[in-house]
Amino acid sequence: MIKFEKFTLENGLRVLVHEDKSTPMAVVNVLYDVGAKDENPEKTGFAHLFEHLMFGGSVNIPIYDEPLQSAGGENNAYTTNDLTNYYCQLPAENIETAFWLESDRMLSLAFGKKSLEVQRKVVCEEFKEHYINKPYGDVMHKLLNLVYTTHPYRWMTIGASLKHVEDATLADVKAFFKKHYNPSNAILTVAGNVDVAQIKILVQKWFGTIPAGEKYNRSLPVEPKQTAPRTLEVKADVPLDALYKCWHIYPRVDDRYYTADLISDILSGGGSSRLYQSLVKEQKLFSSLDCGHMGSTDAGIMIIEGKLVKGVDIKIAEAAINEELKKLKQTGITDTELEKVKNKTESALAFEDMSVMNRASSIAMYELLGDAELMNNELDKYRAVTAQDILEQSNIIFDENNCSTMYYLSNN
Amino acid sequence: MLNRTIAPPITDATDYKLHLKPYDFFSLDNGVPVYAVDAGAQDVLQIELVFYAGNFFEKNKAVAAATNFLLKNGTTTRTAFQLNETFDYYGSSCSRACYNETATITLHTLSKHTDKLLPLMNDMLTNSIFLQEELDIFKQNAKQRLSVNLQKCEFVAGRMIDQYLYGERHPYGTFNNAADYDAINVEDIKAFYKQYYQNGHCAIFVAGKLPANIQELLNENFGKLQLTKPTFVVNNIITTPTEQKKHFITNDENAVQGAIRIAQPFPNRHHEDFKKTIVLNTVYGGYFGSRLMSNIREDKGYTYGIHSYIQNHMQECAWLIATEAGKDVCDATIEEIYKEMKIMREVPVEEEELSLVRNYMIGGILGELDGPFHIIAKWKNIILNNLDEKYFYDSIDAIKNTGADELQALAQKYLQPERFYELVVY
Repeated sequence: MIKFEKFTLENGLRVLVHEDKSTPMAVVNVLYDVGAKDENPEKTGFAHLFEHLMFGGSVNIPIYDEPLQSAGGENNAYTTNDLTNYYCQLPAENIETAFWLESDRMLSLAFGKKSLEVQRKVVCEEFKEHYINKPYGDVMHKLLNLVYTTHPYRWMTIGASLKHVEDATLADVKAFFKKHYNPSNAILTVAGNVDVAQIKILVQKWFGTIPAGEKYNRSLPVEPKQTAPRTLEVKADVPLDALYKCWHIYPRVDDRYYTADLISDILSGGGSSRLYQSLVKEQKLFSSLDCGHMGSTDAGIMIIEGKLVKGVDIKIAEAAINEELKKLKQTGITDTELEKVKNKTESALAFEDMSVMNRASSIAMYELLGDAELMNNELDKYRAVTAQDILEQSNIIFDENNCSTMYYLSNN
Repeated sequence: MLNRTIAPPITDATDYKLHLKPYDFFSLDNGVPVYAVDAGAQDVLQIELVFYAGNFFEKNKAVAAATNFLLKNGTTTRTAFQLNETFDYYGSSCSRACYNETATITLHTLSKHTDKLLPLMNDMLTNSIFLQEELDIFKQNAKQRLSVNLQKCEFVAGRMIDQYLYGERHPYGTFNNAADYDAINVEDIKAFYKQYYQNGHCAIFVAGKLPANIQELLNENFGKLQLTKPTFVVNNIITTPTEQKKHFITNDENAVQGAIRIAQPFPNRHHEDFKKTIVLNTVYGGYFGSRLMSNIREDKGYTYGIHSYIQNHMQECAWLIATEAGKDVCDATIEEIYKEMKIMREVPVEEEELSLVRNYMIGGILGELDGPFHIIAKWKNIILNNLDEKYFYDSIDAIKNTGADELQALAQKYLQPERFYELVVY
């Protein structure tokens, strides 16, 4: 049970405070409700590029990092398809430094031309390092394009192409800031060795005077229901053939999401999971095999991905996966299996909550989903899933008309 | 009206009194030492068994790693599947890792399930059988993984720079090729298991919310085995660094980036320069605001990231600079790396920057002391390196008190281009 107090400023900024007196540290986490899904399809990669620019100085503070480091702090940020999250951890005594820095960049950025030029290059190198200069680096790019026809989840956070990043202009940056970086579009979480009363005063002092700005109303194109199987075959300079199969699942707050999550654990969570035991250990068709999903806010996808043992025919490997799914669809799971994946979830949630940084970002994340209190109900939601739910959902999710399959074959 | 140009006052982080929570110590009946940190709000637990069973001790390549991995793949009483199923059923994980001197088996679990899981670990350490079939799967999958890794410039760069520094026969410089995996056999693994696990030297580190009977639980499951207390000393093997300092490898004709590694041998933690050099390294390339990062990423945009660090070895170490930079700017990047060394040698670090680095480092340590797993990690590092808590407090002292003149002297001693090996892999 994670306790917190919530209040909202007049400008719309939502604030959540979680006290933990056992640590000498404090965490200040600012989540902006903007992700790659909010980008113009012709200007992708922008939310992430913008995250880099948020460190290029703000209206009253030329450099973000130095004052924070001087206060003994550390910070970072990440962008997903759904959100952009900035966090810093510092000794609790110095927490006001974080308020000063974060409020100033919410107020206004410095918008330097040089900063944009450099960060464009840095992001291009990041793009190369992770998505070009690596075997299988373009897999997600290809897969998302296959699975999504309409919803902006069809492009990756880093951007659909290097060119989109290279072409970003200062005018784009300014417009993006104005549209998304408003108090009403943000969630501030403060956690650690702090007092709610003290935080209320500091929040009012530093964030209270920031103009509310215009509230951004999201209206994203809806992904139409997939009605036929999709396939793609790719040849690449990689040493091993790889197989990817994905299915549309549910939005993060849908009750069926929890069933889908447990299904992925049954298939591949741990050494005793079905796919690993059958296809890696017994049949020796794959050298690695995973089933996972993105946990995205809007309806996401479940992915099974595996690298084939050299010499195995990909059609045979695929048939073996389908056979395992058929078993699941026909006979469901045992009570022991269900208890196993629920226990695993209970354990994972407890380990996740160990660090105050994780607690701070989780609180923000659940608030973004609608209510931070949701995080304290997660285990109950998993506990409520029945074997019957798993059986039903396996049949709905693993319908061949809901499936996209990619063969990623070795050229050698 | 709030003046946003003025920074709020800060407490100087160097004024903090940092305190490393002491561990509880006890010995099992067979003398195996247990270091325990009981802390934390969550009902979770980590138990790490450290064996002196790293690749220092193997006669044939990859045997130490294979033995370590296969510990969970079948005993006389449980199949690999049964072991996995039980660990999974209780939501726990039992991971293995093989390093140079040591190899570990680590359990992460909710505290309430500890008693049900330790007997499995006892079984793994007593009755492992190492079936040929399990070894074959391990070999095949390890080779497949290697074939993918070998296509990555950064992977190739990482193993080659170690080879230049230590020589290919030294445990720090060696690496496994497909043929080495092919050559592993069950007899070698069984012999290694018998000598280094069943009759090995072991130390145990536990942290988290400890069950009240943790001492009995550990004694019951590990105190009656033929294990002995380690001496925490491993005899070093002589290194044979290569003569040639500059190397260039073409690994991938389509590469768009080069993996750059620049490195020199460096003494270990026991050397008097070590703690102060950590401060120098932080200024030079050890954090986001470092000289290398500010210049090569934040000013020039040549790379997504550049870091320097001292390797975490028990014997000889190395001081490394590592980055992946655009193919067209690799030469320029290397030039800037040396240019920054020259500045470190010639110009004393100014007080403002040094003060920032001190605060940053102390704040970082404060953050690293948060929670039982972090605390035990600090202790493990101290104990396995045959040091004591004085090392922790001396390191803090070095951060707080090393002056610009001392840093410059260290830069003049170590940050000399001719001392470095240089490697670029496209």
